[in-house]
Amino acid sequence: MEYSPQEKYEILEKKDLSPSIAQHIIKAPLIAAKAQAGHFVILMAQENGERIPVTLVDWSPKEGWIKVIIQAIGKSTAQMNSLKTGDFFAEVAGPLGTPVEIKKYGTVAGVGGGVGIAELYPIARAFKQAGNKVISILGARNKDLLILEKETADISDSVIITTDDGSKGKKGLVTDALKELSEKEKIDAVFTIGPLPMMKFVALTAKEKNIPAFASLNPIMLDGTGMCGGCRVEIDGKPKFACVDGPMFDAHKTDFDTLIKRTSAYKDLEKESLDKFSKEHNCKIGLH
Amino acid sequence: MENKPKKPSPAIKRNEGRHEPSDKRIKHFNEVALGFDKEEALTEASRCLNCKTKPCEAACPVNVKIPEFIDLIYKEDFSGAVSKIYETSLFPAICGRVCPQETYCEAACVIKDKFKPVSIGRLERFAADYARKEGLVRLPSPEKSTGKKVACVGSGPGSLAVAAELAKKGHSVTVFEALHKYGGVLRYGIPSFRLPRETVDFEVENLKKLGVKFIKNALIGKSISLDELKKDFDAIYIGSGAGLPSPLNIAGEHLIGVYSSNEFLTRVNLMKAYEFPKYDTPYYIGKKVAVAGGGNTAMDSARCAMRLGPESVTVLYRRTRTEMPARAEEVENAMEEGVKFEFLTAPIALEGDDKGRLKRIKCIRMELGAPDASGRRKPVEIKGSEFYVEADSLIVAVGQSPNPLIQQNAKELQTNKWNCLVVDENQKTSVEGIYAGGDVVRGGATVLLAMKDGKNAARAIDEYLKSKK
Repeated sequence: MEYSPQEKYEILEKKDLSPSIAQHIIKAPLIAAKAQAGHFVILMAQENGERIPVTLVDWSPKEGWIKVIIQAIGKSTAQMNSLKTGDFFAEVAGPLGTPVEIKKYGTVAGVGGGVGIAELYPIARAFKQAGNKVISILGARNKDLLILEKETADISDSVIITTDDGSKGKKGLVTDALKELSEKEKIDAVFTIGPLPMMKFVALTAKEKNIPAFASLNPIMLDGTGMCGGCRVEIDGKPKFACVDGPMFDAHKTDFDTLIKRTSAYKDLEKESLDKFSKEHNCKIGLH
Repeated sequence: MENKPKKPSPAIKRNEGRHEPSDKRIKHFNEVALGFDKEEALTEASRCLNCKTKPCEAACPVNVKIPEFIDLIYKEDFSGAVSKIYETSLFPAICGRVCPQETYCEAACVIKDKFKPVSIGRLERFAADYARKEGLVRLPSPEKSTGKKVACVGSGPGSLAVAAELAKKGHSVTVFEALHKYGGVLRYGIPSFRLPRETVDFEVENLKKLGVKFIKNALIGKSISLDELKKDFDAIYIGSGAGLPSPLNIAGEHLIGVYSSNEFLTRVNLMKAYEFPKYDTPYYIGKKVAVAGGGNTAMDSARCAMRLGPESVTVLYRRTRTEMPARAEEVENAMEEGVKFEFLTAPIALEGDDKGRLKRIKCIRMELGAPDASGRRKPVEIKGSEFYVEADSLIVAVGQSPNPLIQQNAKELQTNKWNCLVVDENQKTSVEGIYAGGDVVRGGATVLLAMKDGKNAARAIDEYLKSKK
């Protein structure tokens, strides 16, 4: 194939999915040509920006685009979501990481929380295409923050929705739904993407029933190429780099507690940066 | 210059170059070594004997025509001087700054023993900077296109050398870089106070003018496999460096504040974390910084940390100053800037608080025993000598090995036990059409050796492509 330099990355379509979550379809033919379920990309909104890893939601090798869904939780993600159709990301690197090994398990439960629902989508789709029965459990704080409900339903055999406040689906946590489900039918594997505490408890819930479980980890990452070790996570007592060895790991072997502590490294600085950005942009970015 | 010294005047005192005072320079990331002005350059150039034997030229890894370019400087033909350097080395502004000349050309200079050697590195830098600023650099015209395609993996010094040489020969070269800026270790590793970024930008722009294609954000082994490159190119040069940081393998390395030098330097140099929050990438070093290691990377880390304004920066090194692998000049620079050194000291455990942040480093004193395989005396722990160093952050700079991605991706590539690619005297790997050089072969060497390998590989690749028809 021909390799053509791409200096910047156009947003072909930007759509807000909730006040803080937005979908970006970005022109990136080289990445789209190679993407597989579980791959991620590293985005920079602008030249002075931070390198932010985001799991791919969808892609089209034919049309040369990739789709990502971003939740504004800090300055960099807020800035990304302030971009519009026709704007550009300064940098998009990828595809990175090790794709998820797609095989026939039988029944696969996909457990997505918050924006993790988006990242779960291509993995659930790939398992479905590989002939598995796919049950998707989607959790959100409330119905306004629930994303990709229809899209996930289209590629799943069934969908269970939970919200913290009961505004949609069952009131409660995804772990409750997983527990209930696993008591009703045999689950052969669990794949989970969401906040770290959620994934930790999804893993524990699966463990009670001896179900293999895999979690997509999101440590602080810098280069994403296996060079800095910032994203090191403890798997089975050994350090692994989430950027090249993962991000999907055996959840039963993952040291979630250490990882949760490590992700707080820049909390104060992140707040400083976000406050400055919010002030400069009159808080128009829908952060709470 | 009127009344410049008659040539040769070797007895004139060697000019070691001016540095900005250390109290001022630790407040910013601008270049420390200020470089010669024209008068200084002419005077230093007059010291060269222009001797027939040219031992300096033979000692140079890329065989720069040293006496000739120095003579052209003396004759005030600066454009000619830089063109002369360009005949064998394409990156004089970079080499003039980061090459350890004291172990190559300057160590071979014939006036070294009686006087001190000619400041060859500083003259090279002068010629390059002068030519760049005055717009005197004339790029060579590439030969007729051969229609052959070459891929370079990584955009560090080795790949840039390959790209330059092969573009001149009329081959079509594409450089793949995993990060968003080009230069590899010249970009993320070496700090701007040693190598200003405009020198790297300038060389990359020149290569683009020679027709070299640069693809950023593409990690070979992940984004694109080596097999795909094999299909799409006639030859491949792997110059992916030694990107995998070696850990200390002691308890507590997961604590917040413990960085590999790669991460710390990348945050600071590539992402410009020192300008946070203008630049979005943060860093955390706290008040007390420790650096483990004694090489150039440790010195770069310590000196970068010093510029971020902590109370103290302390280097922990398990041997003594004599055995340090870092360039003497870099150790002196670090000491001048206030970096403290604890020699004969090894960290053995890291302790943190309940939030998972580093608080102190348990260390042990060492003594030097019998020489080891490297010929240096092996450090041995002194029993019962444990003590603590208070630290909010620790930058681990105890070595690197090749990033294993490509090797994992292409099992047919032969490697040694350190996961370095095995090559022959022509930089050829075990696979036809694939060549490699620099740190992915050597494990952890210098910019100059990477360039030397690149030049060597380029010659072999050119011959290979011509034989292939």
